Amino acid sequence: MIDSMEAMRIISRCRGEAIVVACMTAKDEWHHVSTQRQLDFLYIGAMGKASSVGLGLALAKPQRKVILIDADGSLLMNLGSLVTIANMAPGNLIHFVMENSVYRNTGGQPIPNAGKLSFSGLAKEAGYRQVYDFEESGSLDEKIDRIMRQTGPTFVCVKSPSLSECSPYTSPRLDAKIVREFRATLYNLR
Amino acid sequence: MVGVTQSVMAHKILEELNKCGITHVVWLPHSENKAMYETVLRESSMTLVPVCREGEAIPIALGLWLGGKNPVIMHQNTGFYDAGDSVRGLALDYQLPLLMLIGARGWRKSPPPTDSAAIFQEPVLDAWGIKHYLVTDEKDVQKISQAYHETQATSRPVAVLIAEEQMQ
Repeated sequence: MIDSMEAMRIISRCRGEAIVVACMTAKDEWHHVSTQRQLDFLYIGAMGKASSVGLGLALAKPQRKVILIDADGSLLMNLGSLVTIANMAPGNLIHFVMENSVYRNTGGQPIPNAGKLSFSGLAKEAGYRQVYDFEESGSLDEKIDRIMRQTGPTFVCVKSPSLSECSPYTSPRLDAKIVREFRATLYNLR
Repeated sequence: MVGVTQSVMAHKILEELNKCGITHVVWLPHSENKAMYETVLRESSMTLVPVCREGEAIPIALGLWLGGKNPVIMHQNTGFYDAGDSVRGLALDYQLPLLMLIGARGWRKSPPPTDSAAIFQEPVLDAWGIKHYLVTDEKDVQKISQAYHETQATSRPVAVLIAEEQMQ
């Protein structure tokens, strides 16, 4: 199992100039390690839809990497998005899923079929260009550079410990003003 | 097989979307928009983004808009109900200037509709404070541009209901 904060640090090290969309517990942990917060979209809004927002951004900004840090319970709410993403096949999208097998924010209740389903298997059969599973931080650390360079869509499942307590980290709550500021930041990247 | 009337309507709608500078059509096919698929693919430079379920459409549109594109979503009223959390938590809460073309399944002027998809449609839009227009034939299609300009002026989603009866 990979400590989720350790995973965030590994991803951050190779992030480059990528836009990052993160949700649920991951958005708070990501915010803590991020060195380019102006390019972070810390998603809340409609449950489970971070993957779809990431797809939209990847299609809109094909010249820039988009890193999506999703959650297992969140992806289960929007499984069709795997097929939608594979169909549009954005080469610049890297879709991480933090698989901790629980709804951490609500006290650690197990997700449906916890531990028996394969998220990378779902992504592979949906049509992602390549998929990965990582259970050890050393393996993730070793392969992350190559993953970031590959043409996507790429799916990376990071298996992390099941925890029942909320993250000690926090991040700014998304609102209409922050959304507009983020859009303006992306506009100025052109 | 797509009827002549639907095909004509599809071209008219496409003309309106071109006037609005739409770049992406995020959609799920349904009875009222089936002619749009071939029309958009063959006769426009817009990118078609097919979704598996309507709830994906607004978050994809949000991502496109954040990245500087100009999307429209297009699906049926039945899917609009499914997309409720995205309408609330993204389009409304984040003041997304989004044009939504919604197929009005079950709509008819007289006698009143019996299909619950049509019965609840306008009351639900009204409850959410979403302005809406009804397009029943070619002369109404210009409302699409009007609705689009309202999205830009108000930073809110605006719905255009495309009625089935007149499309077939």
